[in-house]
Amino acid sequence: MSAPKSDWLLKPLKQRLFRSPSDTLLTLLLGALLLYGLFVTLNWAIFGAVWSTEDVAACREAKGACWSVIDARHRLILFGLYPYELHWRSTLACAAIIATVVFSCLPFFWTAKRLTSLWILGFGTYYALMEGSLIGLQQVTTDQWGGLSLTLFLFSSVVLIGMPMGLGLALARRSKLPVISRGVSVLIDFIRSLPLLTTLFTAAVVVPILLPSWLQGDKIWRVILAFSLFFACYQAEVFRGGFQAVPKGQMEAGRALGLRPWQILSLVLLPQVFRHALPGTINMVVMTFKETAIVIIIGLFDVLASANAAFGTGEWAPYYMEVYAFVGLIYWTFIFSLGQYGAYLERRMAVVSH
Amino acid sequence: MTESAPIRKANPKDILIQSVFLVVVVVLIVSAVESARTNLNAMGISSGFGFLDRSTGWSYSFSLVERSIDDPYRWTLFVGFLNTLFLGVVSIILATLLGFAVGAARDARNFALEGAAMVFVQIFRNIPLILQLVFWYAILIHMPGPRQAMSLLDMAFLSNRGFYAPTLTLPPLASLTAFAFAIGSAFVAAKVVQSRFTKRLLIWLLANILLLAVLLLFSSTGDTAVFSVPALKGLRFTGGVTIPVELVAMIISIVLYGAAYIAEVVKGGLRAVPKGLIEAGRSLGLSERAIWFKITMPMALRSIIPPLGNQWIFLMKATTIGVAIGFSDLFMIVSTSITQSGQTLELIGVLMAAFLLINFSLAQMINLLNSRLQLVTN
Repeated sequence: MSAPKSDWLLKPLKQRLFRSPSDTLLTLLLGALLLYGLFVTLNWAIFGAVWSTEDVAACREAKGACWSVIDARHRLILFGLYPYELHWRSTLACAAIIATVVFSCLPFFWTAKRLTSLWILGFGTYYALMEGSLIGLQQVTTDQWGGLSLTLFLFSSVVLIGMPMGLGLALARRSKLPVISRGVSVLIDFIRSLPLLTTLFTAAVVVPILLPSWLQGDKIWRVILAFSLFFACYQAEVFRGGFQAVPKGQMEAGRALGLRPWQILSLVLLPQVFRHALPGTINMVVMTFKETAIVIIIGLFDVLASANAAFGTGEWAPYYMEVYAFVGLIYWTFIFSLGQYGAYLERRMAVVSH
Repeated sequence: MTESAPIRKANPKDILIQSVFLVVVVVLIVSAVESARTNLNAMGISSGFGFLDRSTGWSYSFSLVERSIDDPYRWTLFVGFLNTLFLGVVSIILATLLGFAVGAARDARNFALEGAAMVFVQIFRNIPLILQLVFWYAILIHMPGPRQAMSLLDMAFLSNRGFYAPTLTLPPLASLTAFAFAIGSAFVAAKVVQSRFTKRLLIWLLANILLLAVLLLFSSTGDTAVFSVPALKGLRFTGGVTIPVELVAMIISIVLYGAAYIAEVVKGGLRAVPKGLIEAGRSLGLSERAIWFKITMPMALRSIIPPLGNQWIFLMKATTIGVAIGFSDLFMIVSTSITQSGQTLELIGVLMAAFLLINFSLAQMINLLNSRLQLVTN
């Protein structure tokens, strides 16, 4: 019997959906369930929804979501208590951070020098815009920062400070000097076996007791430093894996060429280490973005805290679901796309190395 | 001079660097202790563990054992430790079961099954745990009150106060016996009884039901019902067991989040099984079921266990976010104790020690499991 032309499409479908009666039943059941879930979600989020603030009265009768709450409160969720008329600055600042992350995904920037300059430039732009006094604008102090812009600030400063710190820790752990490598190993294992919340809480509450008052600084900076240390301890292990993946002959070749130790490190080893550590690093960056949500517990006004505030007033109290869905979607979009990108890179590198 | 020589002559420069490192560490510690002393004196707090015997005077949301607001700090901290352990163990078990189911579905031949599992993983893995937690908590506290509680066959109820489930009324000693017997007989069934898995499971279940019946017969005094079902009395439920909303929200969110991660680990393990082994099973004429249970899963487990262990430790640490919704885990008890007593350093020390202990024991357990499962080669 000659196969029909569409066989290449139908056959695998038949194999994977309707192989046996029980398979067919399962497919139909699950398919119906998935379609129903999709229908309910769309009905709630789009078809039955109320969209603008003016229609808020219609929300009581509406079957679907009341997006009026987002229409009315999105500025609070995104920018917290930042002065209202200066919101253009925090918008641009957030755009700078997002652009930095997007650019980091382009292979063009994958050299230590370019990546470092990109991140310092992006972070500098963010800080200058948000803080203001450095570029001659009205000053806005960090205690007025909030919402998504604070979350992005925490995220980018933790990555920017934690990355070199992690490299330093990884190098120290590889050190031939026993005192240094042991000491650093103990520190890394200690931080890694404690919950992040404990580390941040210690920085917020305990460190003021351990430091003289002139050294304490703002709570937000203490939290960022502690978070960076946490990031660095995990990232150090990622780098260590990268170092182990570099063949020993590379170092010996460098020595045979008469290169100095730091030249071997920066010209021969590190470029290869970074390449090997890339998937793990992306994983850590995604993880860090996700974990920043925890700072709400130690009293920072991040996007989750501002979301809680958005439906905290009586008028909007019934619409908590819409606010959480909005914030969840922001997080999801960011984390999902970075995660997919990481998985793509991993596949690509797996092909290259074979 | 060869680099790989194990013993190198101590180089004066190396000794100098290490000494400087040590001196810096010592100076940092000494100055931290000094300034802690000054700061604590200024606040009028005397350090030491004497406060552990003082009574707390405050209450908290959840406890597995008897407690009152007159308990000393010692006991209250222990209750928090128990709560963390309990929540962690329950979440780990449920997340592992669900994770294996979803992970196996991720690797399924059926496209619809794989799709459903993928949707599950992509939703629950890509949203911060704490956001999921406050979301479920908000949904639960917006449930109807006890009088309009949602009912499941009039046996179990869900309201904004918690989940009410029916339970057996056993005195503590009898329940302890039943628990010990359940574990002991499972061991016997697994090791001694030579039979098929389903048959052994059946024997084990029957033996336990029999023992429970005997225990109930002897321990019931006649005036209390053997089987306690929650029932609405006025404004609240009596009878049965009540699981407070905080615990329900914690378990739901940690289990869904953890299961999504564990599913990816399981999927990875299943995909790493060499194809030749499965084909060998087919050519021996084994059924697909037998291949999955006797070849694929046992082989996959060996690469699943190490990353699974990391997930378990991660889930244990994740229980600390309970403070966001007022679940009294160890972290919440410690932070409340700090605000109430001011003994910051001691309490943080207790918190860190407890987590080091838990995670270290868990890591040991995983290592044991791992060494038992590894293939004996060479």
